[in-house]
Amino acid sequence: MLHLVPFIPALPFGGFLLLTLLGGRLSRRELTWIGVGSVGGSALLTALIAIPFLHGLPEAPSYSGRLWTWIDTAGLTAGMGWHLDALSLLMTLVITGVGFLIHLYSTEYMADDEGYRRFFAYMNLFVGSMLTLVLADNLLLLYLGWEGVGLCSYLLIGFWYRDPANGAAAQKAFIVTRTGDTALAVGLLLLFMELHTLSIQQAQTLAAGAWPIGSGIATAVAALLLAGAVGKSAQVPLQVWLPDAMAGPTPVSALIHAATMVTAGVYLIARLHGLFVLAPAVMGAVAIIGTVTLLLAGFSALVQRDIKRVLAYSTISQIGYMFLALGVGAWSAALFHFLTHACFKALLFLAAGAVILAVHHEQDIFRMGGLRRHSPVVFWTFLAGAAALSGLPLVTAGFYSKDWILWSVWSSPQGGRWLWAGGVLGAFLTALYSFRLVFRVFFGPRRAEPAWTPGRATRIPLVVLAALSLTVGLFEIPSTLGPVPLFSMYLSHALPLLHEPAAEDESSHEAAQQTVVTMASLAGVAVAAWMFLGRRRALETVASHPIAGAFARLWFDGWGFDRLYARLFVWPWHAVTREGTDGFDLLYDRLAGAVRSAHYWLTVTQTGQVRWYAASVALGALLMLVLAL
Amino acid sequence: MTAHALIVAMILFVLGLAGLLARRNIVYMLLSIEIMLNAASLAFIAAGSRWAAPDGQVMFFFILAFAAAEASVALAILLQLSDRFRTVDADAVSEMRH
Amino acid sequence: MTLWMLILVPLLAAPLAWWAERRSSSLPRWVAAGSLGLQLLLTLLLYSGWGGGPEPGHPWLLESRHSWIPRWGISLHLAVDGLSLVLLLLTAFLGLVAVAASWSEIRERTGFFHFNLLVVLAGVTGVFLALDLFLFFLFWELMLVPMYLLIALWGHEHRRYASFKFFLFTQAGSLFLLAAIVALALLHGQAAGKPSFDYADLVALPVPARAGWWLMLGFFAGFAVKLPAVPFHTWLPDAHTEAPTGGSVILAGLLLKTGAYGLLRFTIPLFPEQAREFAPVAMALGATGILYGGLLAFAQTDFKRLVAYSSVSHLGFALVGSFAMTELALQGATLQLVAHGISTGALFMLAGALQERLHTRDMRRMGGLWASMPRLAALALFFGLASLGLPGLANFVGEFLVLFGSFPQNPALTVLAAGGLVVAAVYSLAMLQRTFFGTPAEGLSAPDLSRIGVATLIAMAAVHVWLGWYPQAVLSTTEPAVRRIVLEAQAPTFADARRSRSQDAP
Repeated sequence: MLHLVPFIPALPFGGFLLLTLLGGRLSRRELTWIGVGSVGGSALLTALIAIPFLHGLPEAPSYSGRLWTWIDTAGLTAGMGWHLDALSLLMTLVITGVGFLIHLYSTEYMADDEGYRRFFAYMNLFVGSMLTLVLADNLLLLYLGWEGVGLCSYLLIGFWYRDPANGAAAQKAFIVTRTGDTALAVGLLLLFMELHTLSIQQAQTLAAGAWPIGSGIATAVAALLLAGAVGKSAQVPLQVWLPDAMAGPTPVSALIHAATMVTAGVYLIARLHGLFVLAPAVMGAVAIIGTVTLLLAGFSALVQRDIKRVLAYSTISQIGYMFLALGVGAWSAALFHFLTHACFKALLFLAAGAVILAVHHEQDIFRMGGLRRHSPVVFWTFLAGAAALSGLPLVTAGFYSKDWILWSVWSSPQGGRWLWAGGVLGAFLTALYSFRLVFRVFFGPRRAEPAWTPGRATRIPLVVLAALSLTVGLFEIPSTLGPVPLFSMYLSHALPLLHEPAAEDESSHEAAQQTVVTMASLAGVAVAAWMFLGRRRALETVASHPIAGAFARLWFDGWGFDRLYARLFVWPWHAVTREGTDGFDLLYDRLAGAVRSAHYWLTVTQTGQVRWYAASVALGALLMLVLAL
Repeated sequence: MTAHALIVAMILFVLGLAGLLARRNIVYMLLSIEIMLNAASLAFIAAGSRWAAPDGQVMFFFILAFAAAEASVALAILLQLSDRFRTVDADAVSEMRH
Repeated sequence: MTLWMLILVPLLAAPLAWWAERRSSSLPRWVAAGSLGLQLLLTLLLYSGWGGGPEPGHPWLLESRHSWIPRWGISLHLAVDGLSLVLLLLTAFLGLVAVAASWSEIRERTGFFHFNLLVVLAGVTGVFLALDLFLFFLFWELMLVPMYLLIALWGHEHRRYASFKFFLFTQAGSLFLLAAIVALALLHGQAAGKPSFDYADLVALPVPARAGWWLMLGFFAGFAVKLPAVPFHTWLPDAHTEAPTGGSVILAGLLLKTGAYGLLRFTIPLFPEQAREFAPVAMALGATGILYGGLLAFAQTDFKRLVAYSSVSHLGFALVGSFAMTELALQGATLQLVAHGISTGALFMLAGALQERLHTRDMRRMGGLWASMPRLAALALFFGLASLGLPGLANFVGEFLVLFGSFPQNPALTVLAAGGLVVAAVYSLAMLQRTFFGTPAEGLSAPDLSRIGVATLIAMAAVHVWLGWYPQAVLSTTEPAVRRIVLEAQAPTFADARRSRSQDAP
């Protein structure tokens, strides 16, 4: 069974090729079968492969192979090879599973779109690229998948190409992430120059032997890799592309945010953890970037009006949590949050899509309200997602993963009280903006007449994802609640465990810590209810204060990063490229001009008068005589 | 003796040059050129007698023959000019201007 | 004999094509297509006979040598190795593409058009084969005049200006090249008593440092103009923009490659010591070209001009890679040549198709063309992405191998060159956005790509994808040749040679 691994990415790629090359001749029904079936088949295959893999686990922690040699010249070798271990299998399961549900949902969401075939072709390519990224056994192939998801995000964000704004958002996404990618590429250059290998496993082994902890080269490589991860995962300072990426169809947002693309940075750092542990300074930077991002994005999410932008900022914020966990060495906690986040964020986006369709493509939450009764399925599933995002205790998956992260930050030697405090404040903000959404959209007076009711292809993914959002947390239950360390045991085959605190007083610390986090989340929900339920008088009092207004505007604009980058990069670029004239060409024009004017002055002497010529001959002769003497 | 002859040759040459530059009538210009050629011939002969070498007189004959050839070509051009432009004014004919 | 066949097939087909116009105006196309097909077949035969590379100690797969002007050491010396073989394949392939590109565009004087096309291709083939510098220069010049005529007779609005500029620039470069070739042959005469233009003789000739420096610059100037390297590139945007589509394909796909080939084949092995000293300057020129070309590409409003400037940017990578002089970088540069030939050739074909349909190349008047011509747009998207170096396509492999190979030699310049990846993304996406996305411009609806256009472009795309996923097809062919160049580039200096000789002598 295990040797079928290459078919996991090959199926979506095949779907893409079929849809692109033959798609024009296929009926819509056949298109659906190919588009959804390829990812579904891939998901099924992953599940089938997971069984023997899990059975063989302690003895056979990884399984790798190679299809063919991609590049092998002058000492540089990179194969079309895969490396399946606990980490990549987890990623693969999430990508194909959640990806399949999103595809299924899309059949209904995109049913009336003229670009139906194009949509599924791009989506399949997206899933295929992401699978290549996580299954690659060498960094060059990983980079192929890395750029591939960037490309697909470009294509899908700009999917509705008639609106130039969508094109601008798509270009922004690609160019910003490519800036990070280029740093990543330079990191690969440095890594290859030092270690002469691009194999992920080999590089980490060699680096551990060759580079002392904290050495300059290790720090440089890790910092460059981090720059790539920051770009892809939309962390500060390269987070600006993600809110605009909402220009794409809603299933695309779900795919970008939940299963693919933005989690690539998290995966990269976890995959190359062997390099990052050699650079404690960079690890610290990862944690700080994560904390800063989760707070900045949390504040921004508070004041957005567009339902999808709220969710976008929420994604940035939640990825911030993952970075925070990575930064303190809590690899498994980060991946656990990735898993739960994939479920509830996909759910939230898909439910939001259903809401948007219900109110005639309206995305402004100030023009929604009271949708609770219209479609209970959407309401209850959205509520489940929001609860999981907020980390409501015990019943939601988000609680377990967020709690794990914050406990790791608290207890890890690389963590710290400040980082922890940031995380807790973030938890409060998360609950606040999540329930602001819930109360705005589903409660209060009805502002738009809902028209569309979700069909089966919409309801199934919503219900499945809601169930997952509530239950996947049970794979890892902290020791205070009766330990179930299934997830950390599983991942320990690929990633080192953060040292396990065993002491008794630690346990009471953990319980205290948990209480604080839980209180923060519940406080967020309570404040949201106080502000957004009922008459909303409290909200008006706060909003009318001038300082609050100024902050709200700053947060609404995402802390002004866009304006800053416009001044720093976009304007100078346009200033330089405003004129398409080539400076060197002017130089050659000057040369040509000089020749032409020399020609002119010489022709002036050609008067056509014989006497003038005779005089010049005489003068010339005289001159030569004088010179000779 | 040689010095005198050379001075005469120089005067003749300058006269010829002045005539060439001053006159606009092509006939006079041709005459001036002849004078200049003769000045050169005189200088050659003087130099030949000074060094007691026959080369000076050889050069004189050479210039004589050359002057005859030049005059025949020049007169032919002159005829053509006066025929086409109805003038013998050199300045009026500047067809070869750039 | 096979080698001579490769040159003679297009050369003899040329007058035939001219003559064929008397029968019918479309017959020259068939003559050209047939002869180029034959050439492609012959080259493929050579390629399939390549096997495991040359025998050890023997660098050439096939060699042919006849005495020509023995007094001056000039011979008819042709040979093929992996490097030239790959470029020959590209020549025959792009030759066919150029004929296809002109199929509906060229309607007047088809005979003379194809005559010129075939003569250029014969010249290019000769350049890739000749191992006698005199013969090389002959072919080098043979490319020039018919190309000039192609631009001057079948070009667009400013064809006179563009063709003059092309001719003056390349001819000025050739002058330096010629002077250097003759001087080198005479130097051989001084050293060995008899002048020689033969490659093998000249590579073995130890050139005095000072003279070698000037000669190297002469060779570099000749090839850098053709490549083109900044600051000698300004003929290229005009020539590419004004040339007919087939001419642009040949120019971008092949003529520029002769410059890079010259650097690899002649400049570096003939003057290894000077080339090593000069390398930082050349690499800096390359990196400048990458960024400068990209910046100017973005600034253009003319579709073809944008593609032309992107060529400057892409060939900057070839220049950086050539002068990094590591095996990896040279492999990358070679692959970049092939990849760029295909991707840019295809973009020029698309530009030609747009001009034929819309009668404009001005992107400000386009927009939203995806709606009316989805096939053309999809192919443009593909080649636009190829041009920005998307992994999985051939340009990526070329660029990355260059970067990997150059980084240990000169990290700062390599990082600068890597910045070109971002710039390439900006201008490629801008091109796609301005042309194919956005609101459809009014009154701009035209038929989609013709069947022959689609077939040609899909063939090019297939080759591109193939090379992106299996670049070993090229890399393993060029590897022995490239390794030899690297060995020659590391040759001991003249001073070293003299020192060792004086040590040998008692």
